[in-house]
Amino acid sequence: MRLLKLVPDNTNIGFVAVRKIAFALTVLLTILAVAAVGARGLNLGVDFVGGLMMEAKFDSPPPLDRVRKDIDRLNVGDVSLQQFGDPRTVSIRLPLPESSDEGATNALVAKVQGAIKAEYPGVSFSRYDAVSGKVSDELIWNGILAVMLAVVGIAIFSWFRYEWQFGVSTFVAIMHDVLMTLGFFAITQLEFDLNIVAAVLTIIGYSINDKMVIDDRIRENMRKYRKMDMKALIDLSVNETLPRTVMTSLTVTLALGALLIFGGHVLRGFSAAMLLGIVVGTYSSVYVSSSLLISLGLKPQILDRKATGLAAEGERVTARAPVDGARP
Amino acid sequence: MLDFPRWKIWLISLTILLGLAFAIPTFLPERVFNQLPRAMQTRVNLGLDLSGGSHLLLEASTADIAKMRLVNMEEQVRTELRRGDSKIPIGDISSQNGKLSFMVRNAAQVDAAVERIRPLTQGAGMTGQRDFNVEVVDSSTIVLTPTEAGIDNAVNQAMDVAKEVIDRRINELGTREPTIIRQGTNRIVVQVPGLQDPGALKNLLGQTAKLEFKLVDTTADPTEVAQGRAPVGSEILPYPGNPSGIPVIAVKRQVMVSGDELTDATQGFDTQNGNQAVVNIRFNGAGGRKFGRVTTENVNRPFAIILDGKVLSAPNINEPILGGSAQISGNFTVESANQLGIALRSGKLPVALKVIEERTVGPQLGADSIRAGIIASCIAALGVILFMLVSYGRFGMYANIAVVINIFVILGVMGLLNATLTLPGIAGFVLTIGTAVDANVLIYERIREERRRGRSVMQSVEFGYKEASRTIFEANVTHAIAGGIMLVLGSGPVKGFAIVLLIGIATSVFTAVTFTRMIVVNWLRRTRPTEITI
Repeated sequence: MRLLKLVPDNTNIGFVAVRKIAFALTVLLTILAVAAVGARGLNLGVDFVGGLMMEAKFDSPPPLDRVRKDIDRLNVGDVSLQQFGDPRTVSIRLPLPESSDEGATNALVAKVQGAIKAEYPGVSFSRYDAVSGKVSDELIWNGILAVMLAVVGIAIFSWFRYEWQFGVSTFVAIMHDVLMTLGFFAITQLEFDLNIVAAVLTIIGYSINDKMVIDDRIRENMRKYRKMDMKALIDLSVNETLPRTVMTSLTVTLALGALLIFGGHVLRGFSAAMLLGIVVGTYSSVYVSSSLLISLGLKPQILDRKATGLAAEGERVTARAPVDGARP
Repeated sequence: MLDFPRWKIWLISLTILLGLAFAIPTFLPERVFNQLPRAMQTRVNLGLDLSGGSHLLLEASTADIAKMRLVNMEEQVRTELRRGDSKIPIGDISSQNGKLSFMVRNAAQVDAAVERIRPLTQGAGMTGQRDFNVEVVDSSTIVLTPTEAGIDNAVNQAMDVAKEVIDRRINELGTREPTIIRQGTNRIVVQVPGLQDPGALKNLLGQTAKLEFKLVDTTADPTEVAQGRAPVGSEILPYPGNPSGIPVIAVKRQVMVSGDELTDATQGFDTQNGNQAVVNIRFNGAGGRKFGRVTTENVNRPFAIILDGKVLSAPNINEPILGGSAQISGNFTVESANQLGIALRSGKLPVALKVIEERTVGPQLGADSIRAGIIASCIAALGVILFMLVSYGRFGMYANIAVVINIFVILGVMGLLNATLTLPGIAGFVLTIGTAVDANVLIYERIREERRRGRSVMQSVEFGYKEASRTIFEANVTHAIAGGIMLVLGSGPVKGFAIVLLIGIATSVFTAVTFTRMIVVNWLRRTRPTEITI
């Protein structure tokens, strides 16, 4: 049986050669993403801005304008409506009542639900969230803190584990991934809630996974081929790991695709963010983070200074040299 | 490489079997599950977003607690200095800036006053820490400043009591398996699965249910009262249902009897008064005697029934009430009387709680989410399995067995930890299926590489596992860093996701590396192939 090979054996694609273009493109896209966030802003969910969110499921797709008018008539503040995956499910967002009285929120919910029910008898309300400003401030702060800690923590890990160049290149690439995801949410105006923070953190985790594999191979090859030119060495490492990069991206994409299509509307934003993150993360692994190592001045000789610590591994590599030597 | 010690095989098999065994109870119906031995009752809990139900985050104001302590302290100081033969007259009592200060009228008695107050300021714990610092200012004014430790301690105690009270109240509602946990210093999370309308619950928890009976100050000048000025020894309280039309009333400061001395409170009807809904209460022995004595002494005078600082009603004492039971009236509906009954039975909250976050998910949406999650997981697993099979043949099949086992082991570990599966947790599951094969992809691609370099089958497999293991370890450590941060900083759904992710990282290394290596080695040993399709 012939097995499927998506990437042919011994590819030799010149990733490093196009790095200037890749960098330019990356910078451009990142600026665009940041600009999009700045210009359009994120459609922050009640998790992050506080307020009341109700999810209503109608019998048939409702005329949003009319529903909005119906709610406006109640004089309950700025209402915002959004279709939620399928056209029959609508999310209704309202500011929380000014009064701090316990009954006020209940009364507001009952009032709005009653008014909608009177107009559209078949409607059902499947969930509602009420988040006070205090809690939403904490949640947004915790979310930012979590993402920053993850990025910095992982960069520090790869700095200690390898060289500072690896730490910096990883940091840059991950920031790019995060900013691109934010840009995606600014452009699509999909709701940005707590789940999306989980998605961003997962993208960071996945993307770093990808970069670790390539970085690890670069380090291995640096020890193996001490005289090799750094550009050729990085190209070799990226090419060697390319089949794995493609395979894993595809299996994860498969899983996420299933989640996006079949996972229900609550997880749709999450799945969309993750899918985009996989594409962006894979791109930045292959084209950005490894090539950046050259610009940062990584040289094979650097490892010599650390040789003492790696003596045991070094021996093993030397023992393999005859076989490997036959290759390049 | 080829020698794989027998004990290792046993250990791996045992681990997997245990994982599977702990996963199974999750799938059993309730009835069978309950018959399992205690140790086997491991089950993955469903989060509220999957089971449907209500989540409330309640917060107490620490400032309120501190203020209440000052009020209590003031009361204690007054009683203490008035007690016994040598009364110490004081004046100018103020509790501003969180401190209690008062002037001792006779400067010669200042030291004696400090001496008598000091025992009141001692902390309740064994720490030897004071609750209040006592100092004398301007040789005649005594200032009590609450200590940091004292306030922390008071908040902690108040929250513990509040949690118990909430527990009792929710149990009275008859909801099943509520989760009530303290969070941080002054918060309590309440989760009630299956609860559809949290309105009643919120009303119930929103009541402090501090019940007091005080005599109405009939000597007070009505115009003064309307302007909010009370005679000495009395206070003005809101009275929304006052028949006279003025929404306030003057009552004596001294408490006749309080809700602490109740033994029972139930909803009933006032048969003499048009079947109005009322709350029937019964005092304990001491409370009943006190109530009897005061009512005997004050026949034909009105008394006020005060709930959470508001006067519910102010009936006249027509005759001494000696039986130890009484009736609270005050514009109740059957429902609100019932709620007050529950609140009174379960005791008063030591501090008012405010709902600062509320999430409710209907059971239909929860069920839809579970169904969608299961379908997505199955399709994801199927897709990945097929893909691995056409890419790596026999080895792909080994990886697939590992993935399937991994799914069950994750469930088993979650059951063992009593972890909660949330909707993002399902996403974590699906993602784990996608990433779990990454380890196998790394290994197999490495084996392919080594084969291309001309190594023998055995050597390639050995190198593949060895070299890839290092990479897998490093990649997973960084992945776990992200997961760990989510677990610590994330809230609710994010936490649920992080749990699945972290467990998945740990178990997938085991199944994808250790377990597949065992099968591969076993196969190589039996057939000793000179060529492999990979």
